[in-house]
Amino acid sequence: MAMKQSLRKRVGVTVLAWVVAFLIFFPILWTFLTSFKSELDAIAMPPKFLFFHWTLENYAEVQERSNYLHFAFNSVVLSIGANVVGLIIAVPAAWSMAFAPGKRTKDLLMWMLSTKMMPAVGVLVPIYLLFRDLHLLDTLTGIGLVLMLLNLPILIWMLYTYFKEIPVDILEAARMDGASLLNEILYVLTPMSVPGIASTMLLAIILSWNEAFWTLNLATSDAAPLTAFIASYSAPEGFFWAKLSAASTLAIAPILILGWFSQKQLVRGLTFGAVK
Amino acid sequence: MATQQTTTAGRYLVAPSVILLFVWMIVPLAMTLYFSTMRYLLLNPERTGFVGLANYTAFLSDPNFIAALFNTLILVGSVLVISVCGGILVALLMDQPVFGLNLLRLMVIAPFFVMPTVSALVWKNLLMNPDSGLFAWIARSLGFSPIVWFTHYPMLSIIVVVSWEWLPFASLILLTALQSLDEEQKEAAQLDGAGPISYFGYIVLPHIARAITVVVLIETIFLLSVFAEIYVTTSGGPGVATTNIPFLVYKQALLDFDVGSASAGGIVAVVLANIVAIFLMRMVGRNLEG
Amino acid sequence: MGSIQLKSVTKAFGAVNVITGVDLKIENGEFAVFVGPSGCGKSTLLRLIAGLEDVTTGQVLIDGKDATEVGPSKRGLAMVFQSYALYPHMSVRGNIAFALKMAGESADVIEQKVRKAAATLNLTDYLDRKPRQLSGGQRQRVAIGRAIVREPKAFLFDEPLSNLDAALRVQMRVEIGELHNALKTTMVYVTHDQVEAMTMADKIVVLDKGSVAQIGTPLDLYNRPNGLFVAGFIGSPTMNLIKGAPAARRGAATIGIRPEHADVSTTAGEWPATVRLAEHLGSDTFVHADADGIGALTIRLEGEAPLTPDQKIYVTPREEHLHRFDKEGRRIN
Repeated sequence: MAMKQSLRKRVGVTVLAWVVAFLIFFPILWTFLTSFKSELDAIAMPPKFLFFHWTLENYAEVQERSNYLHFAFNSVVLSIGANVVGLIIAVPAAWSMAFAPGKRTKDLLMWMLSTKMMPAVGVLVPIYLLFRDLHLLDTLTGIGLVLMLLNLPILIWMLYTYFKEIPVDILEAARMDGASLLNEILYVLTPMSVPGIASTMLLAIILSWNEAFWTLNLATSDAAPLTAFIASYSAPEGFFWAKLSAASTLAIAPILILGWFSQKQLVRGLTFGAVK
Repeated sequence: MATQQTTTAGRYLVAPSVILLFVWMIVPLAMTLYFSTMRYLLLNPERTGFVGLANYTAFLSDPNFIAALFNTLILVGSVLVISVCGGILVALLMDQPVFGLNLLRLMVIAPFFVMPTVSALVWKNLLMNPDSGLFAWIARSLGFSPIVWFTHYPMLSIIVVVSWEWLPFASLILLTALQSLDEEQKEAAQLDGAGPISYFGYIVLPHIARAITVVVLIETIFLLSVFAEIYVTTSGGPGVATTNIPFLVYKQALLDFDVGSASAGGIVAVVLANIVAIFLMRMVGRNLEG
Repeated sequence: MGSIQLKSVTKAFGAVNVITGVDLKIENGEFAVFVGPSGCGKSTLLRLIAGLEDVTTGQVLIDGKDATEVGPSKRGLAMVFQSYALYPHMSVRGNIAFALKMAGESADVIEQKVRKAAATLNLTDYLDRKPRQLSGGQRQRVAIGRAIVREPKAFLFDEPLSNLDAALRVQMRVEIGELHNALKTTMVYVTHDQVEAMTMADKIVVLDKGSVAQIGTPLDLYNRPNGLFVAGFIGSPTMNLIKGAPAARRGAATIGIRPEHADVSTTAGEWPATVRLAEHLGSDTFVHADADGIGALTIRLEGEAPLTPDQKIYVTPREEHLHRFDKEGRRIN
């Protein structure tokens, strides 16, 4: 009796869970399906779910007519570039906090995290004016710099938590072996932290790829990444749903894949360690 | 473990980060503060100088500001309630022995990784469009006339979109917290005769209370800055129906070119965020001790 | 070539004084052991010599030259850590070669030296394995190999055997001793185990709460402990310490007699006592007894002594082995 009840319960719960998950995921799925429809099929009533003429014309058009690749290139360069530079600055900082902490280290770490909590509009005006005067508007350098600074606290924080898991006597052994500080970080610390560094970069790239406030306000065309490209569909001409779907699918696919691998990092990085 | 040499090295190694973040945060913030006391219209190059707190009084008594503040609080509050309550339910569901949990998690987490411009435009067009959107079709099939989402219920529409984006975050965090509750507590509760409701109320809820607090605080910080979704759908309208504080500041800075007023608004946004940040930092600080 | 000297060294961590004033000299080629109970500062002292911690006051001299301000990578010393601290991402070969790589040696020289060190420690078959694939004893050897290959001025060992099981510990003790005989390099060894100290050391430094209690050869410390602390620390089972009338009679506040220096008789003797427990090891018998008016005594008898609990015995100390201490706990000669 108990067995049957629990199997029934398990099946019931599974069905419910799958229904809920499907509902949550549905908009993404729908976008994916719509990307393969013709524009007329896309607005057809009643909606066509699976049985329509599948076509790749939207994907071709998104590139030919609106140069999708240019924006994708910008997204890639910005996300990876900003965070690689950020990593180079963050690793020494995290080393310092993990292995040479002072009285103020904890306060410093908290202050760095707090810069991430500052609302962007608080500094929109000066940053915009500064960028305008320094000719940094709509440049990859300028926007990359902003993205790097936005992520720096998270990079440092996450690397710090990973570094703290490394036994300090291994680093001391390296010092006894004659390693300078640079050698210690390069040959011992970094190889030992590769999983942590990879996880951190994963999360950082995702956050930068999706960053919409600064990319929308500081970029117009040359340096505009995918966030801005998609935003151009808010004032469209004619039928555009299928193209929007194709562009959207292309824009979110890489991140969905990366995001799947970085769930744990998400918890660690974005809750600042307040949840284990 | 620290010597003079490692301590000194430590200071040099952390210096670039400190300097960069200081410049990134303090300098612009100081400039915003400065601008907020000036009359500065980008279209009118004659800056007529210090006006003290006039911008603040103007900004704070501007009916648009009252509306924006109201909208901000409504947006944040609603999304918090929906994402946290929904998050708890989803997390409870996923904590059960279900088949195919990995794929399930992927599907539930996915919306968080979708960029906000995509989310907003997909919802507005493919789902909520009153003529050819999916919701319209569902409504008509059930015999109702379709809701004209963004025209009649603009704020609600935005809330729906943003809740969809943040529900996964809450679910993930709460699921993580739930999974740290060990089986034995559940079994002990069952032996003690606790039904599922009391089990939830007396055992589960206290256990995840801390995670709920963290989710609320972090979401609030980010929800206070919602921008892209409004930018690509309603542009703050109709009127100021969906203008929140970030959008109002953006409008004044980059559309009206009223730097002084926008700066005052920016400072107000910073103050609001700081109130929340103080609580969040206290929690983080406590965790750093241990 | 490998002498180490500490002059008036103190070390404080914040407000806590861990080392309160140490002066000592270790000659080139000596095997010196720092021994003492937990918290006496022996590991801290070793780390001060290594340069992994800074002294608060005082000087560290290596080969007569002041090394106090010199960093650990430049002192020319090699350390074997309690946890071995092997590089997990490198093979055994990589671990041993690392220091040579840091010193900029050529690949040929490195290969040759690594092979030699591996041969000495029976690690040749494991050169391509990673640390996680090795047993505790093998990891220990890699840690030692890493130290040997650098031909340092001195070896520093921080409780290297405490993570090994008993049998392995005995074997490694012998191997380290043989290593010292072969290399003749100075070795500074930290342990809380006084058996290791007694068996391995040329010179023992007994530490008590951050200062030196006594320095001497193992037999010095055994035969002429300069105070109650050293007397009670060296020797296993611990020395019997007796206060009161028997001590006063001999002109001391406390007298001490080692378990192996007392005789037991069932008929007559100085101190009547009741057997609480007799431990029969075959080679020895440890008798734990309560002496009237004196307290608990432990006596070691050779061979098998057929004593049983509650039996009445008489314990007599051998006067020539008696130690006398004044009321400050210092030795009276």
